[in-house]
Amino acid sequence: MDFGPYLLLASMEGAVQAAVLALMALGLSLVFGVMRVVNIAHGEFFMLGAVLAWWFTSLVGGHPAFGFALALIGAPLIVGLVAVAADLLVLKRLDYDPERTIVATIGLLYIIQQLALEFYGPDARPVAAPFSWRIDLPWFGYSGYKLFVIAAAVVIMLGVWALLTRTRIGLVMRATQFDSETAQAFGIPVGRVYTMVFGLGAMLAALAAVLIVPIQQAHYLMGGDPLLLSFIVVIIGGLGSLRGTVVAAVLIGMSDGIISVFFSPTLAKILATLLVALVLVYRPTGLFGTRTA
Amino acid sequence: MSGATRKGVVLHLGVVALLAGLQFVLPAYHHGNLARVMVLASFALGYNVMFGYTGLLSLGHAMFFAAGLYGMGLAMRHLGLPALPALALGVLCGAALAALVGLLALRTAGVAFMIVTLMFAQTGYLTILYFGAFTRGDEGFVIPRAARRIGALDLSEPTTRYFAALLLLGLCLFATLALVRSSTGRVLIAIRENEDRARMLGYDVFRYKLLAMVISGAMAGAAGAAYGLLFGYVGATFASVQYSIFPLLWVLLGGAGTVLGPLVGTLFMFYLIDLSSGFTSAYMLIAGVALVLLTLFAPRGLMGLVRARLVPWLP
Amino acid sequence: MARKTTQIQTPAARARSRRSVLKGLAATGGALAGAQALPGLVPYIQAQSSAPIKIGFQVHRTGIGAAYGRWYDRTTTAAARVINEAGGINGRPIEIITEDDGTDPKRGAEVVEKFATLHGCDIAFGTLFSHVVIGSSPRAGELKIPYFVVSEGHHVASGMLNRYTLQPGITDVKSQVQAMAPFVHDNLGRKVTMIFPDFAFGHDHRDYFSAALEKLGGEVVAKIAIPPTESSFTRYFPKIPRDTEVIYHVMVGPAVLTFVKELGEFFGSSRPELFGFIDSLEAVDIATPGLEFLEGSYFWEGNPRYAGANPSEHDSFYRAQVGVDADGASLDDPKDVSTYAHMWGCWETLHVVKAGMEAAGYQGIGDRAALIEAVEAMTDLPHGRAHPQGAKLFNGKTHQVFGHQYISKVGGGRMTLAHTTSIEDTFYPDEVDYTTQPF
Repeated sequence: MDFGPYLLLASMEGAVQAAVLALMALGLSLVFGVMRVVNIAHGEFFMLGAVLAWWFTSLVGGHPAFGFALALIGAPLIVGLVAVAADLLVLKRLDYDPERTIVATIGLLYIIQQLALEFYGPDARPVAAPFSWRIDLPWFGYSGYKLFVIAAAVVIMLGVWALLTRTRIGLVMRATQFDSETAQAFGIPVGRVYTMVFGLGAMLAALAAVLIVPIQQAHYLMGGDPLLLSFIVVIIGGLGSLRGTVVAAVLIGMSDGIISVFFSPTLAKILATLLVALVLVYRPTGLFGTRTA
Repeated sequence: MSGATRKGVVLHLGVVALLAGLQFVLPAYHHGNLARVMVLASFALGYNVMFGYTGLLSLGHAMFFAAGLYGMGLAMRHLGLPALPALALGVLCGAALAALVGLLALRTAGVAFMIVTLMFAQTGYLTILYFGAFTRGDEGFVIPRAARRIGALDLSEPTTRYFAALLLLGLCLFATLALVRSSTGRVLIAIRENEDRARMLGYDVFRYKLLAMVISGAMAGAAGAAYGLLFGYVGATFASVQYSIFPLLWVLLGGAGTVLGPLVGTLFMFYLIDLSSGFTSAYMLIAGVALVLLTLFAPRGLMGLVRARLVPWLP
Repeated sequence: MARKTTQIQTPAARARSRRSVLKGLAATGGALAGAQALPGLVPYIQAQSSAPIKIGFQVHRTGIGAAYGRWYDRTTTAAARVINEAGGINGRPIEIITEDDGTDPKRGAEVVEKFATLHGCDIAFGTLFSHVVIGSSPRAGELKIPYFVVSEGHHVASGMLNRYTLQPGITDVKSQVQAMAPFVHDNLGRKVTMIFPDFAFGHDHRDYFSAALEKLGGEVVAKIAIPPTESSFTRYFPKIPRDTEVIYHVMVGPAVLTFVKELGEFFGSSRPELFGFIDSLEAVDIATPGLEFLEGSYFWEGNPRYAGANPSEHDSFYRAQVGVDADGASLDDPKDVSTYAHMWGCWETLHVVKAGMEAAGYQGIGDRAALIEAVEAMTDLPHGRAHPQGAKLFNGKTHQVFGHQYISKVGGGRMTLAHTTSIEDTFYPDEVDYTTQPF
């Protein structure tokens, strides 16, 4: 294939990856930024979203769009509830102590993963896309659904942005993130804000999963790699900077796609990983961060 | 020697003596398990130097274990090095990689440090796969039994293996004990407690952290090299993220910042999985629930609990 | 009727049987430890000739291999039942003691130790993923427990392992891959692009297939290695050269459906010929939406999933016993598709163990070396109930079995057998002689 179209293809692929990554990382970034909790189980919320999406779509017959719409609402809701329960039963009782929450969320990871294996099984299962347009470009074909994923992710991110900047709930969250003690002093129910943020973060991961699952399949071990990538995105973007998170997701998603044009794939991964590590080494607060953790 | 120090030395001598005595009474299965646990606990002890005493939370420790494992394994496979020099080379590889990574990663702190170490470890894992022609990638390779000898000692023989593992564990245990009782160790703890204050007192924080990291990397490398030699297998799984999470888990479970914690945590986790897999295939569920309960009810880990309730002088 | 006899043991029942094993553990463990120290105790154990023969089954219940493990489990359970119904081995029933290796080489080695020193198993058997085999095999050799693997890796025949490790029930990747080259070259095209995962399994495909193809005068025009952590593939497809006549693909793991779907989106209706290894689509229904793109393409199969018009009576018997219908899906749930191309290895391995123990007059763990010698002495393994996949030839020196390979064509959302290789097509020169190693 000629270089131009090849680059175009790689960029489109990068953009899809970036879109999903941004959603998932946004959830992690919120939790990280507001609660200072390193949630190792975030990838399992993603997996749970995908598995539930399969379950919802398998409940509904007829056009695949119905099942998909149901999954888009149902899966994040259930995952959000699971996260809220985890927060109330475990994290809150740990006082959000950074080290203990790491162990506790590793425990959650094991629990969710094993339950998925018991009830959903070890197979990778596909979910039908709500529509199956194939776009015929002069050089190659491309999935119309993938372009929809990008658009949907942008809409959801705008929604989150509006929630945080235009509503009272968002104001409360930002105040808590800025200084939780002062927020408490001003009568903000910090405990309830934390629970809400943890639930919202998990819902974003689940949303990302529902969007991606017609492209990938739902599998009980699918949470690991996206978790690592979102961690990287959150830190590169700068702790607590949601704008930074989105920019970093785009950078990392796109560069991952484009570097693979020039190098053999595994070498490309090695170089991309090293590059990200070095960015952090020389800019420890990330691209948009103002402080270290 | 102060009273607490003497008590600490006696306690750890007692632990080593107990482990040496167990060799004669344990049934074969548990004998083998304990040998394995002692090697892995040495890995955890290395992790504890960095995390428990210096406060550096790394998510990439598998790379140091793997550096030892592959430094030893590749030298034996491709250069025909005998076991003892290969083991030494493994330790060196762990320490050298830790120095290199430390020089870069220690420019960061907190979560950024976690992520940087994670990414370096991921690079290491992918590099092993990329050079599959030498490493056999994910499949790994076997260290032939005939080569697993040091002098007249056959490291694949159960008793020898057990004492080799115990020797490694003992060395790491007493190295840690000596370190935390030394002035260097006290500076490391001061850095953990309040880095800015340590800096204002005139300590070169970066150098102390780097030192902790090199010691930690050397222990991890020694554990990796010993693991390959004692159990005959070198593979990329040991470089994966999972094996970076494990030492963190073992240390936190056993009690970060206690010398015996890593051993207790490793032993606990091993038997938790081994025993629960005996009666259900969902044993990871049990492990997960146990982890959550432990964080709720033993916040400073098992040995932390012992220190708080029973033995306040526990090192 | 048939349904009734093919029921799979429930997890609860399995757990029960393991508990009873655990209960007897103190006694057995003590007796075994004693037996090793005091030779006088060995006759005591051997005297219990009606006690079951214990077979430690190392299986992927969790981890990335779990989809395979489930079917390995079902096949093993069925084979053990069939053997026991026919009178067991030397008049003794066999008992399968299952342990999960988590698809991890460290845990795999621990599990082999558990079989040898805790459960007092006569042999260990079963696992699939190569890294688990290679990680476990040194321990099997040291503990002197025969270790029968069902892994299709080239590790056994390459000479890397030891005399206690054997693979008599499934062919290895080197013989499979090289036997594909003549078919691809003669029927599909001479310019091949290979797409494979960038780890040892993929590298075996790359090396053995390109060597075999070049010997025939064909050419591998591109070798595209996909990093193992990848979950999306479209960006790699532009690396496929335009003059490619055949794409040879072998992908494993949960992302394979994505791979095929994206290949379809990329090429549309004008694609090169496709040849793949069914490993990509084990446990996946060929009629899954998105796989239409595979219509008219070819797959290697270790054992044809679809029974076809006139299956052998042995294959039908095997299907009925394992609980698989003529389309390779579970009798209880047609959506539950088996790993048909691999799992027969468990069935055949257990039958080889039976034949070997009977030939050796196996009484107890003192006869382990005799068992290995008896298996090493085997050559022809005829097509039959014990070997439903087809006739085989065992090479005692390399501890590896050789057999027919199948190539099927996809059409109408199912597969039809298109070609069967000879056993000779799969031969290569010996790389090791394990029989010269001491026990």
